[in-house]
Amino acid sequence: MSSKLKIQIKVNSIEERQEEIIEEFSMFEDWMQRYEYMIELGKSLPLIDEKFKTDDNIIKGCQSKVWVNAEFKNDNIKFTADSDAIITKGIVAILIRVFSDQKPEDIINAKTDFIDEIGLKEHLSPTRANGLVSMIKQMKMYAIAYNSQQNNKA
Amino acid sequence: MTTTSEQLLDIKKIREDFPILHREINGKPLVYFDNAATSQTPKHVIDCIVDYYETKNANIHRGVHTLSQMATDAYEEAREKVRAHFNAKKAHEIIFTSGTTHSINLVANGYASVLQKGDEILVSAMEHHSNIVPWQMLCEKTGAILKVIPMSYHGELEMDTYKQMLNDKTKLVFVNHVSNALGTINPIEDIIHLAHAVGAKVLIDGAQSAPHIKADAQALDVDFYTVSAHKICGPTGVGMLYGKEDLLNMLPPYQGGGEMISEVTFEKTTYAGLPHKFEAGTPNISGGIAFGAALDYMNDVGFENIASYESELLKYATDEISKIEGVEIYGTSPEKKTAVLSFNIKGLHPYDIGTLLDKMGVAVRTGHHCAQPIMEFYKIPGTVRASFSFYNTIEEIDIFISALKKAKTMLL
Ligand SMILES: Cc1ncc(COP(=O)(O)O)c(C=O)c1O
Repeated sequence: MSSKLKIQIKVNSIEERQEEIIEEFSMFEDWMQRYEYMIELGKSLPLIDEKFKTDDNIIKGCQSKVWVNAEFKNDNIKFTADSDAIITKGIVAILIRVFSDQKPEDIINAKTDFIDEIGLKEHLSPTRANGLVSMIKQMKMYAIAYNSQQNNKA
Repeated sequence: MTTTSEQLLDIKKIREDFPILHREINGKPLVYFDNAATSQTPKHVIDCIVDYYETKNANIHRGVHTLSQMATDAYEEAREKVRAHFNAKKAHEIIFTSGTTHSINLVANGYASVLQKGDEILVSAMEHHSNIVPWQMLCEKTGAILKVIPMSYHGELEMDTYKQMLNDKTKLVFVNHVSNALGTINPIEDIIHLAHAVGAKVLIDGAQSAPHIKADAQALDVDFYTVSAHKICGPTGVGMLYGKEDLLNMLPPYQGGGEMISEVTFEKTTYAGLPHKFEAGTPNISGGIAFGAALDYMNDVGFENIASYESELLKYATDEISKIEGVEIYGTSPEKKTAVLSFNIKGLHPYDIGTLLDKMGVAVRTGHHCAQPIMEFYKIPGTVRASFSFYNTIEEIDIFISALKKAKTMLL
């Protein structure tokens, strides 16, 4: 049972999840299909516990609100998130799929080029109001915090 | 059909004056409906900037050589054009600034040495942040009290309350001529008249009115009026402050430097007269000249024609958008506002709508439009704002409406 679990985690490394997403997006022919899919992802993002929608968890993007919450369980970080804008929610859903239930160290070291490859580069601009860059930064910050906590304990 | 103003204006020919209107965005022809943020620039104005650098570029007001004289003359000619346009009594009542924000800060800074603790200043509930923050800073410095003139749900100022707020402690009143978030045209004649009756001075932020309404400084008897050139077909980074001569003379200079002095020793500096007292350093010379050219262009098109054509565009857009279920429009009826359509669709976030419209080549503004108090008033995160200009067309509104319907289907 435990060995099986390990294999599963391995199959689902950050890189592999990114590959998976790149493949999914490569099937779309135009922007509309891409956005429809992101909207779909946004709508299917599991609801965040209302108690986590605090000002502390808000990521400052100027136009839409994004909340990201992190919990540390079994050596992994579990992210949950929400946004009042659906496209933003789709974007954060993609990030959660990549980074949630991963080890802090892996999150810290993860590359984020895949965003470029799935045609969302326009959302990467730091001046863009949806704060994708800040979302990634915030997730990595959580990872750094948990990582140092872990190291201190060890 | 509403062809009268269109024929009057020859929109097709006008559109040819604007090179940018012929480019594509995301593979679609650009539909530019963010005119309230920045207007597009006609070739005439672009050429004027090019011509300046190709034939006249030199520093002004200080050279004896011919080129410097030419540049100075062109710059001062532009000042005269601005004076004539706003019907100021004297050209030196026109201060060239970097835009409305700069103009307002210049006045606010000056009043720091005039106001006293307990003085009251009034600002409307529908101001742009640049007509709120400088006054808050001024209050912090002086101990003056900032009071807010409330607005109704329709986005109109509550004039009865305003009247009651005025008293002999009121020293300054700030209101925008036209609200950028709602398009409301405020009754500034009454606002100015009532303020003067208690001895208060009035600054009108004309950033949003200038593209649609020709304000007459003398007829209005306004004390200060501010404009940004980039909203009236001119370049960015230049604008003006109109101020009555005696008030500008009373206010201390804003920045120290070259140009603004008449004599400097290490013991004492005497300041230059108007307008130079407020124009320290080398100004945006080409910008100032192009500002003049932009006013020429707009006056050639004619402000009356512009106003009637834009109101047709607004009416058509309002009628069409109202057919879409769930649309809520913020701001008064088309008769009382400029060509601004600020709206939301029930259940949808303005950011999502704006993002999808952009994908379809339609440029609108989304968000709080630097007027967070208004969004707070309506309890919304922001709006989608489509703002029209005289070079926009009914066909473009049709494209916008069908893009909006498509976005709605995708998002719901
Ligand atoms: C009503 C109003 N006031 C002030 C400003 C600020 O103008 P600027 O950024 O050109 O200084 C704007 C611009 O959006 C505006 O709409």
